[in-house]
Amino acid sequence: MSSISIKDLKLNFGAVEVLKDLTIDVAEGEFLVLLGPSGCGKSTLLNCIAGLLDVSDGQIFINDKNVTWEEPKDRGIGMVFQSYALYPQMTVEGNLSFGLKNAGLSKSDIAQRIKRASEILQIEPLLKRKPAALSGGQRQRVAIGRALVRDVDVFLFDEPLSNLDAKLRSELRVEIKRLHARLENTMIYVTHDQIEALTLADRIAVMKGGIIQQLADPRTIYNKPTNLFVAGFIGSPSMSFLDGSLSGGVFQAGDLSIPLAGYDGDASGTLSKVKLGLRPEHIAVSTNATPGSVPAIVDVEEPMGSDSLLWVSLGGQPVSVRIEPEVRHPRGSEVYLSLDIPKASVFDMETEQRL
Amino acid sequence: MVDIALSGPRGPKPRKRFSRRNIFIYGTLIVVALYYLLPLYVMIITSVKGMPEIRLGNVFAPPVEITFEPWVKAWSEACTGLNCEGLSRGFWNSVRILIPSVIVSIAIASVNGYALANWRFKGADVFFTILIFGAFVPYQVMLYPIVILLREVGLYGSLTGLIIVHTIFGMPILTLLFRNYFTSIPEELFKAARVDGAGFWGIYFRIMLPMSLPIFVVAMILQVTGIWNDFLFGVVYTKPEYYPMTVQLNNIVNSVQGVKEYNVNMAATILTGLVPLVVYFISGKLFVRGIAAGAVKG
Repeated sequence: MSSISIKDLKLNFGAVEVLKDLTIDVAEGEFLVLLGPSGCGKSTLLNCIAGLLDVSDGQIFINDKNVTWEEPKDRGIGMVFQSYALYPQMTVEGNLSFGLKNAGLSKSDIAQRIKRASEILQIEPLLKRKPAALSGGQRQRVAIGRALVRDVDVFLFDEPLSNLDAKLRSELRVEIKRLHARLENTMIYVTHDQIEALTLADRIAVMKGGIIQQLADPRTIYNKPTNLFVAGFIGSPSMSFLDGSLSGGVFQAGDLSIPLAGYDGDASGTLSKVKLGLRPEHIAVSTNATPGSVPAIVDVEEPMGSDSLLWVSLGGQPVSVRIEPEVRHPRGSEVYLSLDIPKASVFDMETEQRL
Repeated sequence: MVDIALSGPRGPKPRKRFSRRNIFIYGTLIVVALYYLLPLYVMIITSVKGMPEIRLGNVFAPPVEITFEPWVKAWSEACTGLNCEGLSRGFWNSVRILIPSVIVSIAIASVNGYALANWRFKGADVFFTILIFGAFVPYQVMLYPIVILLREVGLYGSLTGLIIVHTIFGMPILTLLFRNYFTSIPEELFKAARVDGAGFWGIYFRIMLPMSLPIFVVAMILQVTGIWNDFLFGVVYTKPEYYPMTVQLNNIVNSVQGVKEYNVNMAATILTGLVPLVVYFISGKLFVRGIAAGAVKG
């Protein structure tokens, strides 16, 4: 049984197509992350699911019920916003109980639900305070609590951590993951932060221009990006791309020729314009030539603490390589790269799709 | 707090109090202030002088003998035509016009502004444009058509008719004011309330209203001063027994019969201006806050 099912969803703002024929099925208890650059339509999609925007065409089902034209309150959803959106004139308790009072729950029910939510989120000492007297992290906890008390099957998060500083963000990220493990609700989470996406998601939907580019689990998205956009967007430090051509299973760029033996895909054809994508950790550096290695010239080194990023010039094109932080390579020296071809990606530049 | 137990002098270099710059600035300010205060001074001292003293002709001289007789006369005895009840009747007429006009116009305009800002219904932009256009139509153009309109519905010459006119004419500017203020309230708050199951009125009363005190004060001040100071509508749409205070003041001051009682006229004028003055003094701070919050953003 699928918890949320979106069929051929379209949304136009005037002549602008914001969402184009989106179809997604979200399983019960799944954590789906909508990831993309700003303006890709991810928040818009979330607002459509919540019922805060009227769709132009298509249908939305939540728990197998067609809710396309239902009011937000009748959809069985709870929502958490980027700016917290706490009602400033009410106490934390007032914020938590506002929706429940609207729904006509009894006083004892409300008290019980607030008690449970505030225990889970550890906000009991804050109940009598106004939002202005809370820190950013506390406010977001209360905002999550407001979704929690509604006792719904589906949680929608609209960039909930973007307004927090880096340390708090990673803390709350783990907490959201813990919350999901505990509650086992369906969660849809919008973010532009790929770390959040990769760490939290059961599946990630990478979006661009109102279209889902790829919908898959984080490992697949990372290792087998379906097209050039996804490959470039996911991964930090990002994937290096080499321009070249393909003939008979061999990638060629200038004097360089790299046989694509063991490539996970079909690279046997002949194409005049392709890109070979390599992630920094899928390249090994050594100072001696080994069988199958290719020579490169060291450019600069970027130490990042736990490891370093070495920029080298491979046949005149820049490539980044992840190396041990202790290893030092002087600028201008020659090194030999061993490429992990089974983990590489080759893209046809005509279609920008992965081969 | 910062610990200021550090040694040595701190902070910017102290300025001389009587620098040439300060003397110039404060000198100008004092001169301008005096220029504006002088008429008020003349009005107040004249209003507490007796007529013999006024006839001496020295308008700036302080009163030799202070009398409140002119104030009493202006309030309760001055004559306009056959009626000799003073300004008091006009005052109560103005109050009876003011209170419903202010309440009704603000109530409607705030809901208008809220709907325009948060519930983007079809044709909202057209509606808003028409409403704003209304703010630029000169009163004189509308004067006579409204007379006919009120006559046809049987409200011409009544207080209710005048109240309706004030409400309508306040609508464009007040709606603009409220719309801009509600637009400045984060949209996510409104979305959160919708997810929480609050409807049109629920969000208006429980979320928006409690956050909008400053803009309500601004609207109230605009309406109170505007309606209180109105002369044109008062004289056109009512009849003598319902004349507001401004019209009655005019009739007292401009009466051609008998001696010109300058002291009574001065007292009457100050009495009439008192209401807006009091409103400003009480709510000045909120007024500034509201203007800053609502009117600037578009």
